[in-house]
Amino acid sequence: MADVLITEALTRRYGSLVAVDRLDLRIAPGERRAIIGPNGAGKTTLLDLVAGAIRPSGGRIRFDGRDVTGYGPARRAQLGIGRIHQRPAVWPSLTTLDNVAVAAARRRGGVRRSRHTAVELLDRLGLAAQAGAEAARLSHGQRRQLEIAMALAGEPRLLLLDEPAAGLSAVEFERLGEVLRDLPEDVTVLLVEHRLDLVYALADVVTVLRDGQYVATGTPDEIRVSHAVRQAYSGAVA
Amino acid sequence: MKWLVLLPAVALAVAVPWLVDDYTTATLSRLLVLGLVGVSVALLTGVTGLPTLGQTAPFAAGAYAAAQVGLHEVGGPPVQLLAAAGVGAAFALLTAALVVYARGVVVLMITLAIGELAITVASRWKAATGGTDGLIATAAFDSDRARYLYALAVVGVVVTLVLLALRSPAGLLLRASRDDEARMRASGHPVTAYLAGAYVAAGAIAGAGGALLVTTQQYVSPADFSFDTAALLLLGVVIGGAGSMLGAVAGTALVFAARDWLSGLLPGHAPLLLGALFVLTAYLLPRGVAGFDWRRIGRRDRAASPRAVRRANQEA
Repeated sequence: MADVLITEALTRRYGSLVAVDRLDLRIAPGERRAIIGPNGAGKTTLLDLVAGAIRPSGGRIRFDGRDVTGYGPARRAQLGIGRIHQRPAVWPSLTTLDNVAVAAARRRGGVRRSRHTAVELLDRLGLAAQAGAEAARLSHGQRRQLEIAMALAGEPRLLLLDEPAAGLSAVEFERLGEVLRDLPEDVTVLLVEHRLDLVYALADVVTVLRDGQYVATGTPDEIRVSHAVRQAYSGAVA
Repeated sequence: MKWLVLLPAVALAVAVPWLVDDYTTATLSRLLVLGLVGVSVALLTGVTGLPTLGQTAPFAAGAYAAAQVGLHEVGGPPVQLLAAAGVGAAFALLTAALVVYARGVVVLMITLAIGELAITVASRWKAATGGTDGLIATAAFDSDRARYLYALAVVGVVVTLVLLALRSPAGLLLRASRDDEARMRASGHPVTAYLAGAYVAAGAIAGAGGALLVTTQQYVSPADFSFDTAALLLLGVVIGGAGSMLGAVAGTALVFAARDWLSGLLPGHAPLLLGALFVLTAYLLPRGVAGFDWRRIGRRDRAASPRAVRRANQEA
């Protein structure tokens, strides 16, 4: 089957800094791909580029056979690219339930119609008791869960996860793992995460980046023992 | 609880022309008109997050349209009202592209320019506006009382419609866009189109205010749409609580009443007092009059919870 996400020589510069450097990625439908690497490797920039939040300085992005390089974030979201942000982005003045309903509205034919799904999702993520509370009242971990519910509510075909486990309690972390494991098989996941236990438990394929460049790709087992990967990390620390 | 306050307030508003003299009734009519334009300012400033100094422009466009409809004997006040709302909306549609891509202070500057340009056009385009001499409109009602009640009815209907719209999914989408625009886009929402929709709706409301101005004042000139008016509208909306429609009507009415009555009592000192009123509001009621949790008066725990404040803001 054709790859669902392809980047070709994808590049993003900030002044003289090259955050993502001529990156070629091919991700198959239903694949669970993790992106790891030291701080500043360009992981979040890569997700921003794929989501359309920032424009590339060069290269192309294809989603589902279509060149989406020139598309804005809203259009890409409508095509089925969903994401959660490094810092949970929710709408604080809306209730938890309305956050999910509004997030799903464009893919599910309106706010009212998506409320039903929203209730179900909140239940799965352990937020049912907070459904009527304003999102501003939620704890950091709850906001994180809420944003995951918001991303899932849109039934994305490609889900971009930027450090979903950051700041979660042990219980919340457990639940996150369950939810991600329960995703429908045809949903493709691009996961950026520092917690390697989650990466190894969830990913089929792991790609290592450093300084915006590709270092290695392999199965979790291969990556765990890879010399190149250890060097990428230790090089950054030294 | 809310109804206990609202019902007597509505009853009082209806009864007021029988309780006061004609001059006061006419002044109150004018305050209602400005209150309605204040609603359009609040819709943009508080709900949509586009702070505006330019709603005097669709206000003016609506007023001249209504005056012309009256002068050419096309129709009475309801026709004038619809025409004015349409022209206000059309004006907003034409200028939307200038406004909806900007944010924050830039919106203030652009809308200020739009307002100033509208006054210039109103002063120069004598065929349509009568220039600085203005237009004398045909009298539609024969008493100040009737004009006041007509204005009250129109303002009541429009404010109710706005409140209903804000409780619908459309209101949710606008609030979410104001809260976090990037998140809206990441969920596939065309935020710019939503903002443009709100801007056009606000143009229609301000235009309807223009028709009411012509009906109640029976005269319209560029002086009605000066920068002073634009600035006091924004001030009134901030004092009333920018997210609250009833607060906008009350705040705007309060500010213009202060200007008109105080300038009579203390000639030359009205701007000073308005400034003091604004500073006091900013310090004591950062969320505006409508955002104040009135229930906390007399309670020992004087700290209103953020939730209570937000609730009060939304309910009003």
